[in-house]
Amino acid sequence: MTAAASLVGMAAAQAVIPSLHAETPSSPPAPDDPTRVPGAPPTPYGQRAGFEQATRLPGTSHSLTPLQTLHGIVTPAALHFERHHNGVPTIDPARHRLLIHGLVGRSRTFTMDDLKRFPAVSRLAFIECAGNSAGEWREARGQTAQQTHGLTSTSEWTGVALATVLREVGLKLEATWMLAEGSDAAAMTRSIPLAPVMDEALLCYAQNGEALRPEQGYPLRLLLPGWEGNACIKWLRRLKLGNAPFMTREETSHYTDLMPNGIARQFTFVMEAKSVITAPSGGQQLRAGFVEIRGLAWSGRGRVTKVEVSTDGGRIWRVARLQEPVLPKCHTRFRFPWQWKGREAILMSRCTDETGYVQPSREDLIAVRGFNSVYHYNAIQSWKVARDGSVSNDQV
Amino acid sequence: MIKCRSRLLAAVGGLGVLVACTGSGEAPQEGSGYGLGRPATEAQVKAWDIDVSPTGEGLPPGRGTVEEGGKVFAAKCASCHGPTGLEGPADRLVGGRGTLATAKPIKTVGSYWPYATTLYDYIHRAMPYNTPQSLKPDEVYAVVAWILHRNGIIPEDAVMDATTLPGVQMPNRKGFLPDSRPDVKGE
Repeated sequence: MTAAASLVGMAAAQAVIPSLHAETPSSPPAPDDPTRVPGAPPTPYGQRAGFEQATRLPGTSHSLTPLQTLHGIVTPAALHFERHHNGVPTIDPARHRLLIHGLVGRSRTFTMDDLKRFPAVSRLAFIECAGNSAGEWREARGQTAQQTHGLTSTSEWTGVALATVLREVGLKLEATWMLAEGSDAAAMTRSIPLAPVMDEALLCYAQNGEALRPEQGYPLRLLLPGWEGNACIKWLRRLKLGNAPFMTREETSHYTDLMPNGIARQFTFVMEAKSVITAPSGGQQLRAGFVEIRGLAWSGRGRVTKVEVSTDGGRIWRVARLQEPVLPKCHTRFRFPWQWKGREAILMSRCTDETGYVQPSREDLIAVRGFNSVYHYNAIQSWKVARDGSVSNDQV
Repeated sequence: MIKCRSRLLAAVGGLGVLVACTGSGEAPQEGSGYGLGRPATEAQVKAWDIDVSPTGEGLPPGRGTVEEGGKVFAAKCASCHGPTGLEGPADRLVGGRGTLATAKPIKTVGSYWPYATTLYDYIHRAMPYNTPQSLKPDEVYAVVAWILHRNGIIPEDAVMDATTLPGVQMPNRKGFLPDSRPDVKGE
């Protein structure tokens, strides 16, 4: 509601009903009986209800999605997590260009208008930061699902297939890698192997039906469904085709996974299957009686085929119901009916994807990767329900 | 339909990619494309083609010494990385050799970075943080030389340029392996 509309509503409300009360200091005033007061007029660009408070949790170079407050599988664009390497640039779409060069038949530049004229493709896909849950390697650090898992979000993305645009420039046969470069103040770069991405990669200009948000790469970003977010270069200005990885800082010293023997894994693009119960989750308060356990599961290798839930710390697992649609490389909502009888409980979820991969326990993950990997933590998350109904992060 | 599919396969040849092709023949004719975009000029490519590969491709003319680099570092880098590249608060650049397999690995240029050329690429494109792409090639070569020298990788009298930098052997050059996941078996 705009300020002007709010004032109109208030004036009308006061004329009819003298008593107005606010739920909290930041909530807008609301009439006792909204059926007896004319409502607000139409507005050019809508806003959520003034009573809704969910926000991202910003750090210095990232912000976390409030997963515990969301429903379904789509993340509102305004709440999509952020990660940037030197701020969010302001880019005039009329002046933005995509340059494609290197091992191509014809180096070309494309305007945003050019890119929108190509045949378009839309799909839903999650994007997860490689560092999502990185704080959980050593200890149960995050207090809420937002803090433990908030660097993943799902949107409907629209753009042109990378393959379509590469066909336009004429890909040379020896081209096997592509450098993608952003137009931000980090000129963020990643080398992308072509073969595994050619049938799904998109050059996106839209998110959930409207133009990309600035934080998600306005006016143009790369989408590599199922791959770590940093490879989905935002503010995309350049694609250079080559026959080897370019070995940028981001894929040598930064987004590499250090193993216990001191050797690091490189080009660890895929985000493996992972799930988290978003309600009840850390920081929430349970009431005795019926509780629908709700959560999200996803896999960078395809569809989620099964989610199991345990309420006793992993002794008994029962299959949760998957909410349609269940889409590949996309958040999948699961639900599990439960009666809470006031006893201590440990809630866990474990997902399986279409390759047969099962989300590992924390113990099994750390046995292989140790504590210094930083990236790609996808272990089973545990939430402890205390007798008083409070829920907290707990590592089983 | 068959004609369309074979054209697409030829266009992405060698990649083993199947592109779904449907529709009623409204797609452009072979070889003509959609006619979108325009040829990139040499100046456009030159202005943005800033990446430097491990072979040294992309390194510009210019040169820098350790001594010159010390001055550039003090003026442009030390406020974030500390006077000797150790103190922070931004990423530590020096030391840490022998720590990667310990409980507290220290990942620096000296202990972790596999290619010296990446230093040029990254410093030029992204540093200094508040004024990226503001350093001249001689300044970038010089600060690269200083960081490499502080890590004991090149001698104090070394000169870094497009010829010498790709030849610098980094201590952790063999410290990386390709992704071997899935590596953890769930129950």
